Amino acid sequence: MKKKYFLNAHVIDPKNSIDELGGLIINENGKIEAVGKKVNKNNIPSREKFIDLSGKHIFPGLVDMRVFVGEPGLEYKENFRTLSNAALSGGVTSAITMPNTQPVIDNVSIVDFLKRRGRDKAKINIYPTATLTKNLEGKNMTEFGLLQGKGIVGFTDGVKTIQNSRLMSRIMRSAYDLGSLIIQHAEDYHLAENGTVNDGIIATKLGLQGITDLAEKVIIERDLSLLEDFNCRYHIAQISSSKSVEVIKHKKNDVDFSTGVSINNLSLNENDIGDFRTFLKLSPPLRTEEDRLSLIEAINKNLIDVIVSDHKPEDEESKRLTFTQAATGASGIETLLPLSLELFHNGSVKLYRIIELLTSNPAKILKINKGNLSIGNDADFCIVDVNKPWIVKKEKMISKSKNTCIENKKLQGKVLCTYINGNELFNLK
Amino acid sequence: MASSKKAIKISQKHLLGIQDLSINDINVILEESKTFITLNKSKNKKIDILRGKTQINLFFEPSTRTQSSFELAGKRLGADVMSMNITNSAIKKGETLIDTAMTLNAMHPDIIVIRHQDSGACNLLSQKVNCAVLNAGDGRREHPTQALLDALTIIDRKKKIQGLRIAICGDILHSRVARSNIYLLNMLGAEVNIVAPSNLMPKDIDKLGVNKFTDMKKGVKDCDIVMMLRLQNERMTSSFLSSNREYYEYYGLTPDKLSFAKEDALIMHPGPMNRGIEIDTKLADDINKSVIKEQVELGVAVRMACLKLFCE
Repeated sequence: MKKKYFLNAHVIDPKNSIDELGGLIINENGKIEAVGKKVNKNNIPSREKFIDLSGKHIFPGLVDMRVFVGEPGLEYKENFRTLSNAALSGGVTSAITMPNTQPVIDNVSIVDFLKRRGRDKAKINIYPTATLTKNLEGKNMTEFGLLQGKGIVGFTDGVKTIQNSRLMSRIMRSAYDLGSLIIQHAEDYHLAENGTVNDGIIATKLGLQGITDLAEKVIIERDLSLLEDFNCRYHIAQISSSKSVEVIKHKKNDVDFSTGVSINNLSLNENDIGDFRTFLKLSPPLRTEEDRLSLIEAINKNLIDVIVSDHKPEDEESKRLTFTQAATGASGIETLLPLSLELFHNGSVKLYRIIELLTSNPAKILKINKGNLSIGNDADFCIVDVNKPWIVKKEKMISKSKNTCIENKKLQGKVLCTYINGNELFNLK
Repeated sequence: MASSKKAIKISQKHLLGIQDLSINDINVILEESKTFITLNKSKNKKIDILRGKTQINLFFEPSTRTQSSFELAGKRLGADVMSMNITNSAIKKGETLIDTAMTLNAMHPDIIVIRHQDSGACNLLSQKVNCAVLNAGDGRREHPTQALLDALTIIDRKKKIQGLRIAICGDILHSRVARSNIYLLNMLGAEVNIVAPSNLMPKDIDKLGVNKFTDMKKGVKDCDIVMMLRLQNERMTSSFLSSNREYYEYYGLTPDKLSFAKEDALIMHPGPMNRGIEIDTKLADDINKSVIKEQVELGVAVRMACLKLFCE
């Protein structure tokens, strides 16, 4: 590989507190050799060709902490190859995959298979999670220690929640002993039973069973209380309401934990569901505008650490049903960054903070050396025109499943190129 | 309005809910219905304004009065009416609603009447077929013809709706009848009181412009109409109420509770009734107070009007 020189870009790398005009040098091995303002035309060999990125941004490759992939068992929804292409087009270079596959990721041999498939078929870095409980049944915990040994970065039941409090306390104890990361999808099943949308005027008008925001709140309250006694690495997968933000605010000083939010809950509210648009049937559900604004405020007050795409590809057939019957989730890994940039353009969140929540923060929580431009590291990064306008079109989506919840949305900001290990794996042209 | 004999069109292609209708649409339907009340009482009840038209009734949920009412309405207008028996159909074999819709659409019906257990099912169907879709009840969302026939019954007895105080009582949470009536009665200028235990009260219902009551006596106070709803036990998956006995004590319509309403207050119920649970059986049959049978009678007229207007 030849050395590569990128100059005159606006480089943001929160891990190294870089937010400046500068450049990037990639060495022959695809590692980062130099980064930031020190890299300019005056201190690179004059005979070398360089790429002028005036007006463009360089960000570390995004680390998406909540990604559903169809392998194994649901390849018709998404496989590692299609996921990689979608991710690369959105600047995502590392994906943390959920274990809700068929079969589920709950034992060592299936992890072996997954790692091999990931290595052979995926172009991006795949970090698989395994389930908290065997077969997602919420009864017996999986072998955290052995699974970690095989490369599992965290444990979660994905779309499911540990309901049993005693089991949760035991999971936390084991996780403490073994240094495991627990990721909880916070939803009380009884409170959320049969629910499809936020409980409120929209649910009442559409005649749909609501999911109260209390369903999320009580699980977070319970888990954070347990955490006081059994302090393991604990991450709330996604929050959706102002009630949850309040709980987090109160507990932040007492216990160590981290919190994620889906870009969908930051960008949309329950009114967007309109006339039963099943592509907006999400979990947690889209809530009120007040809830959305409280989530943005929480980001700015350091109460939320991670933004995820909650990429959940669903085939057409699973969505062409009545709202009650339709599958939950939206495909979104390729729009994660552009949709996040909307928060920057409308003045909600600073660009640096957005990038922090998409790169260095998730990497830190997961304890993986990604999402940064540190010297000597793999050159995983993206080049972005944050101002480029475009319109989301279902038929132009790269993911195998086209269930975007922002069809026809006008966005500003597009990834131009994405590099992994110094290789250009995506180019918009 | 009807005397002008002008063909007045409905603004909508489908009848999916009262929410979609304008006040003009509602008046057109109600006026048209009145002409059919007379026809339905005459010896020869059949006319041929829908001759050559095909009406398909697609009922995914059991129904006695609505299905027979729509069937009779279509037949009296001269349409060819086909009622799909869902238990024998491909839906039981796993066909989706959209595929069923496509299949039926290929047979070129002029109107499809649908009842479905899922809210929004009629909306989905209407996006996939060329003919008019009439909602005969979708989940807990809307039951527009029921609200229209209720309005027609009230107008028939009280000569107006504007300014009346109307209490809708009981299982509001699961009731599409309640929702459609709230929209319609509000549009026609009534004051609507909603009476239900908190467990059966939909969240934020007051944002629809109604008064909320958990105390039935307060809710029916000075009302002109007391509309009772059926307790939909089949939709209740977990404990909403302690017992039917206690429910009757607090929310069943009894002479005592009715005494808080106006003296000439009318009792309505969309049926089928749970006698002794939401309504005292004698009150239900009291011909001076109860208009429950009239509701059924006028239901046919309203559905004839809807079939005619939406078929045009």
